[in-house]
Amino acid sequence: MKDALGAPQSLLILGGTSEIALHTARKLVAERVRRVVLAGRPSGALDAAAEDLRGRGAQVEVVAFDAAEPETHEKIVDEVFAGGDIDVVLLAFGVLGDQESDEQDPVAAAQVAQVNYVGGVSAGLSSVKALRRQGHGSLAVISSVAAERARKANFIYGSSKAGLDAFAQGLADKVHGTGIHVMVVRPGFVKTKMTEGMPDGPMATTPDVVADGIIKGLRRNATTVWVPGPLRFVFSALRHVPRPIFRKLPI
Amino acid sequence: MSDGPAAGFFPAGRRTALTGWGRTAPSVAEVVTPMTREQVGAALRRRTERGVIARGLGRSYGDPAQNGGGIVLDMTAMNRVLDADLENGVVTVEAGVSLDRLIELFVPFGFFVPVSPGTRQVTVGGAIGADVHGKNHHAKGSFCDHVLAMDLLLADGTVRTVTPDGDPDLFWATAGGMGLTGIVLSAVVQMTPIETSLVSVDTDRTRDLDEAMALMAETDEKYTYTVAWLDCLAKGRNLGRSVITCGEFARLDELPAKKRGRALRFKSGTLATIPDLVPGRLPNKFTMGLFNELWYRKAPQHKVGQLQGITAFFHPLDLVQEWNRVYGKTGFLQYQFIVPFGREDALRQAVEKISAAGAPSSLTVLKRFGPGNPGYLSFPKPGWTLTLDFPTNTPGLVRLLHQLDELVLSNDGRMYLAKDSRMDPADLARMYPRLEEFRNVRAKVDPDGVFVSDQARRLGLA
Repeated sequence: MKDALGAPQSLLILGGTSEIALHTARKLVAERVRRVVLAGRPSGALDAAAEDLRGRGAQVEVVAFDAAEPETHEKIVDEVFAGGDIDVVLLAFGVLGDQESDEQDPVAAAQVAQVNYVGGVSAGLSSVKALRRQGHGSLAVISSVAAERARKANFIYGSSKAGLDAFAQGLADKVHGTGIHVMVVRPGFVKTKMTEGMPDGPMATTPDVVADGIIKGLRRNATTVWVPGPLRFVFSALRHVPRPIFRKLPI
Repeated sequence: MSDGPAAGFFPAGRRTALTGWGRTAPSVAEVVTPMTREQVGAALRRRTERGVIARGLGRSYGDPAQNGGGIVLDMTAMNRVLDADLENGVVTVEAGVSLDRLIELFVPFGFFVPVSPGTRQVTVGGAIGADVHGKNHHAKGSFCDHVLAMDLLLADGTVRTVTPDGDPDLFWATAGGMGLTGIVLSAVVQMTPIETSLVSVDTDRTRDLDEAMALMAETDEKYTYTVAWLDCLAKGRNLGRSVITCGEFARLDELPAKKRGRALRFKSGTLATIPDLVPGRLPNKFTMGLFNELWYRKAPQHKVGQLQGITAFFHPLDLVQEWNRVYGKTGFLQYQFIVPFGREDALRQAVEKISAAGAPSSLTVLKRFGPGNPGYLSFPKPGWTLTLDFPTNTPGLVRLLHQLDELVLSNDGRMYLAKDSRMDPADLARMYPRLEEFRNVRAKVDPDGVFVSDQARRLGLA
């Protein structure tokens, strides 16, 4: 249960090695979060993340979860909720893919959509069903500014996030008034291992800053969070740039 | 929805978002409004693994009368007076009867409620669950000290009549037990005899906190009802300046002759309702500073024997319906703690911290408690209790409250569960040393944890 000042006590991270999610978890553990469930594909990195959070005073459970296997999601999420209330679910998994090579490999490209969008749909619905049963809680879906308009440089990833983003917006409206809060988070270019080696995009940010945005958004029950904030205006301008110009933009 | 012929008409539950009086942290539950004991029993049988909690008039500030995903029993339709002994002032009432109703019904017969919190809009069931206290705590104890018996619906569906002598464990686990031992169906309450419905009030204004504490220590000996309002935004040499009001129900011979014929008149009612349109930052340190200044200056320096009505003395806020809307949609919280006598320094430090932070509390109340009762989770114990209201959007509030928590804990103090909406669960056992005994009693009467609330889950109470 969140307290009167909006501080949650328990957290489920779907995509338990996401840097944005782990930064968020660390900050929340420093406040009131005691129970953290890290759901992800079993790996050394997942265990290390669990150890790190334990060292900060959290009770951490590690759960095997694969975003690419939607048929398993509901059962996994239900088992987590059976172990106690979850105040915040962070839907944080996602893959970037490799635009250039994926264009030549349709199966690999479909895999990006499978994880980011299809996985997001089943994990998101599973989470909201469980949240509704307990009568309170938030789901934060980590989308991307890339969802705002497909660009030729990364439209495979962008379209998968666009699908996820639209899904989460609809879900948020569907559950409005039921005590459940769904929030879309749209970070810009974030310097993480996922973007390692890539040149920084304009207004590049860090997982730490995104985590602050998520926590602030959760506290005030925001529907959409842009990080950094001004990207909202950049992208609403970009959205209206005519196609002949947009396709020539070096972005 | 019928549960057999005994249940009769059964009102369907409605999924409703509920908050406490502070309007923070909502959760959605199935709200059922039973009108008979049988219907309460039927609702209990319909529970899921999310359990059941009883709710009265929703005056707890945080989440003790919420139960996300489960059933919340709105007890306010169980509002009948079952028996009244007008010789001795012993009344038997259903749990949903409000103190407002009790006062309205029995003041004309010469009886006042034994204990009244700052609002009379609480139910008898709620008053038992929170073991509420009032301005007479130092003299008369808290509400459950005046409960002679109660009928409690237990998790197994049976009804037990619980008395302090017959079943002290269950009685004192239920007194202040936040509804986690069972559902109070009815209670037998010993009312207090009065000759008139007017209170003879003495008022004193003090320059600072020390003067207030010294004067209160004196007046507690002489008066049944005492309380101090404190200006927590005053700084420097005005720190903690207060208005102390002490009262005693007037005797008939203290009334002017022409009023003696109507000595026991009482009229409940309200003056106005706050619309739900107030912007979030209206109560801030400037508006509240102004309010506090006026409130302080309006009080007489020293006045004796002023006759006030029950509402003016006990429940001035009840004149304004939905006054919690003043804090806007972001809501507010109340912070009430106690530190034992001898820890006056801690109280002084707390007031200094609040004043320095400029946290705009307008309804700051200081009160001395007398001895506590055996209630396992009952709040009062001998010492000073300070109550503060803060809008949740007060800048720096999280930090300030954390500092106050530490001050309270390190001085053997504790916080009041009926006001709590943000306590650190790790502090609970230190504040309530009899927590384990409470849990043991509850484990016996409710082994599956049928009675549960958002607060119970948040704090790990049971």
